[in-house]
Parts: sequence; C-alpha cells; structure tokens
Amino acid sequence: MGLVARALEAAGVPTLCLTSAYSITASVNPPRAAFSDLPLGHTVGRPHEPEFQRDLLRRAFRAAEAMDEPGTIAPTGVAWDVNGSWKRRATPTGVETEAAESKSGARSDTRNERVDIPQYQYESDRLAAESGA
Amino acid sequence: MGAPLDGSAPVDYIALTRDRYDALGYPPYQWVALPEPPPWTPLSRPLNESTVALVGSGGAYREGQTAFHWKDDTGVRRIPSADPATDIRVTHFAYDLEPAREDPNIVFPVDRLRELVDEGVLGGLASTALGCMGGIYSVRRATEELAPAIVAEVTAMDVDLALLVPV
Repeated sequence: MGLVARALEAAGVPTLCLTSAYSITASVNPPRAAFSDLPLGHTVGRPHEPEFQRDLLRRAFRAAEAMDEPGTIAPTGVAWDVNGSWKRRATPTGVETEAAESKSGARSDTRNERVDIPQYQYESDRLAAESGA
Repeated sequence: MGAPLDGSAPVDYIALTRDRYDALGYPPYQWVALPEPPPWTPLSRPLNESTVALVGSGGAYREGQTAFHWKDDTGVRRIPSADPATDIRVTHFAYDLEPAREDPNIVFPVDRLRELVDEGVLGGLASTALGCMGGIYSVRRATEELAPAIVAEVTAMDVDLALLVPV
C-alpha cells in the first residue's frame, strides 16, 4: 500500500494508511500512517465490535489531521489486549492456535498457494459472477 | 526473532517472515524499502468537511463480481460504499481470512465509515470504494499496473482524502 499511497499523493490526493504491521509500513514509508497493535488480518479491529472499530478510525483520522511531516507513523493507542500475549503466536499470516504452534513450530508455511484462477469465498459467488458476466 | 520479548513492542513481520523462509529453505522475501521521503499533499480542509475514499488491499470484492486470484492479481473492484458489508467477500493468500469473512469491516470498513459520516467526524464518503490485492510480489507490476489504476479511479472521484487499509 506504500507504493499506492505515494502514487496518490504525487497525483495530489492526501492519503492515510492504517497499519498493524509496523516494520513493513516503516519500510515502504508512506506519507501518513496510523499504527494499531493488532494481529494481522484485523487492521480495523475485532470482528463485530463496531465501537472498537469506530474508535480506531476516529483516532487515526485525528492523528492524520495533526501530521505535518511526510513519513509519519502515529500510534493510535489501540491494542488487541493489555499484555500482547497473542504476539508469541504471531505468524506472517495471522496468529497460530496453541495446538498448531506446538505441532509445527516455526517451520510451516502458513500462506496459501498462489493460484492464478479466481478464488471465491462461496461457490454461490462464482455462480453469480459467471452468470452476470 | 520477529516475535517481541515483551508484549508492548510491535511484531516485526519482516524478521518473522525472514525466519520462516530460512527455516523452509526459501530464498529471502524481497521487501520494498523506500527510504527517500514520500511525496506529500497537504489536507485541504478539516476532516469533518472532507470526502473520503476507501481503498482496501485485503482482497475485498462484492458478491456478483469476479473474485481476485492469488498470483499477482493487479485488478481493482469498484464496490458501492452504500451497500452493507454483508455484501462484501474477501479472498487473499497471505492472511487468515476467517475473521474478515465474519466481519468484512475489519479489513474494509464501509459500515464504520458511513457511521462516522453520520456522526460528523467525516464530511462524506465517496460513493465507490475500491478493493484490490496486497501481496503483489512483482514490484514492477504493483508500480506500473496497480498504483496507476487506483490513482485513475481515485482522482476521478474528486475526494479530499484516501483512506488506505492494507492487511
């Protein structure tokens, strides 16, 4: 998203990147970013917790209004929990269950295979897309 | 190594991925590093008067649209932002999809942004939100295909801010 943020900003559109992957965002160095300390796959917070999600967004927008230096990554102060114990089980794709952790250690590849045909969430999505095309 | 010793430091996903790749015998993943200062366009008005466009790279598409594939798909899906998040589907190879399929707002917050407009935090929400795929391994294709496509879509919307939500 850093590449997209830079391209938009160069085209005259201000941007704000949300992130929960601090090191990746620091590496691509977008113009404005707001960091929340959440597991991967939860950039805007916990599922079905609308006030948690709105609070994160309000804090991020407030931070963006105060930024005046390109490359700022402001903390929103939003975290998954108080002790961050999920981080021990963090993987490059999310968070492992305790059981998976003890079985695979750090050796498994948790990504899915990169196939080049559309990957629908539901079979009914595929049917809807193909009948509408 | 990527996992922090105490719970307060962020997870270092670059180190975590490097360790996994080493353990699996893969060559190191080439992360994009852009140390030079990024371009900058100042905000033109306060956010409560600003129209915001949502761009999410978690692989969101709308029911009825062609889903993304998982190998450098640089396509963009136009998703009506007035539609509820229950119409949104997500697909991606590189993160655990289950929570986002339970509530797409955690990677594509259309419901929440409409609510912030109602609250008066934002001035408005662009009528179209954009879904795309992060994890394009080809930096050339991300730069030459994905970024220009999003720039063309967003500049045509005449918005005051783009909110970018990666996963």
